[in-house]
Amino acid sequence: MSKAPPLLQINSLQRLMIGPVTLAVDEGDCLCIAGASGSGKSLLLRAIADLDPHEGQVLLQGEPATDMPANDWRTRIGLLPPESSWWLPLVKNHFRNGMPLPLEHVGLCADILEQPVARLSSGEKQRLALMRLLSNRPRVLLLDEPTANLDPLNTGRVERVINEYCHAHKAAVIWVSHDPEQVARVANRYYEMCAGTLQARDMEVGNG
Amino acid sequence: MVELSYTDLLIAAALVLVLALLSIRLRSNISRQLVIAALRTAVQLTLVGLVLKALFANVNLGLVTLMAFIMLFIAGREVMMRQERRFKGWRGYATGTVSMFLSSFTITVFALIVILGEDPWYAPQYAIPLLGMLLGNTMSGIAIAMDRLTHTAWEQRNIIEARLMLGESGDAAIADYRRQAVRSGLIPIINAMAAAGIVSLPGMMTGQILAGAPPVEAVKYQILIMFLIAAGTGMGTLVAVSIGAKNLFDERQRLCLDRLRQP
Repeated sequence: MSKAPPLLQINSLQRLMIGPVTLAVDEGDCLCIAGASGSGKSLLLRAIADLDPHEGQVLLQGEPATDMPANDWRTRIGLLPPESSWWLPLVKNHFRNGMPLPLEHVGLCADILEQPVARLSSGEKQRLALMRLLSNRPRVLLLDEPTANLDPLNTGRVERVINEYCHAHKAAVIWVSHDPEQVARVANRYYEMCAGTLQARDMEVGNG
Repeated sequence: MVELSYTDLLIAAALVLVLALLSIRLRSNISRQLVIAALRTAVQLTLVGLVLKALFANVNLGLVTLMAFIMLFIAGREVMMRQERRFKGWRGYATGTVSMFLSSFTITVFALIVILGEDPWYAPQYAIPLLGMLLGNTMSGIAIAMDRLTHTAWEQRNIIEARLMLGESGDAAIADYRRQAVRSGLIPIINAMAAAGIVSLPGMMTGQILAGAPPVEAVKYQILIMFLIAAGTGMGTLVAVSIGAKNLFDERQRLCLDRLRQP
């Protein structure tokens, strides 16, 4: 009996100065990527989400991205950019699929949904953007510095929510983070991006 | 009708010159452009007058068609030049030209055959001015709408991509901006229809009245033209914006801003 394909398989992905990147990510994996700004971490996530033209192949449970409509792919491979965008007047207008879990889990009150987007702080936007992404129920989360604007308390809450989501939905995470302590807390695999290539790092070093 | 002599035109030209001299004194840099534009008006209209004279003297479907296509290609270029962030390469030219062909040409032929019913239907005295007015207005509408579409797509690229990231199709992600673009292309003709006769006397009607036509007849023509222009601008704008919105995305529904020229 052949082994089931990994949840996410990336084969020789190349885009401009990025790659080739080959990577297999399994259910429950939390793979952290660090690296200097400009090393191509965000571009890699964009290429995986098929937002930029690229060479190579990305497969979800053995099914290539090119075999499904691009919008289906991006629903399953959810990318959270560092800056969130909002285009409707009220917060609740952006949550058509309902709330994935109570807002209290990320330190927000339910009545924030009635507020105009213009009144949100950057930290509130960041947590709401994560909730909006999770409401799509993606199988793979591509998170680009999801706690950059948050205090330690809320950072902890967000880390817990992401971890619980992964276990509940058999999902996997690729997490761009600049904080070695965060990497030590959340990651089971650790990579560093140098000039467009991914280099595996020892988790023990990350723990140091 | 009072015949105009060339002296009469020179007197009017003197007014433009006075304005140009004034603006030199005010140190505004517009005088050069003003004089060039005035010269272009004189030369271009004189040439068109001669062309029309020849066309009228020699009623021929081939010649009318040739003239119509020359007008179309010039209008297509004009639409392209008026957009700050136009599509690069053939897309920039083809979008406007194809939409004007589909709207202005169709409506002009329809009006000539069904409404005016002249014999032959392509009588240049009707066909060329009608097409000219339709092309001119459709051209503005399309240029405004396409400029708006590409400009907004550039400004709001983060929002469009955020919507793509959340699994929306390109169509859905740009729908709001497509609607706004069509609207901005149609506003001039809607305003013109709303204000016609109250604030402004439309140029064509005024011209007919100056030429001695009975006012009520001139008004009927003006209403006809207004409706044709509204239909032509509306259809042309819809087609152009649809093509433009499609071309902003590739086959994998990625936002392709590199297809736009940087201003």
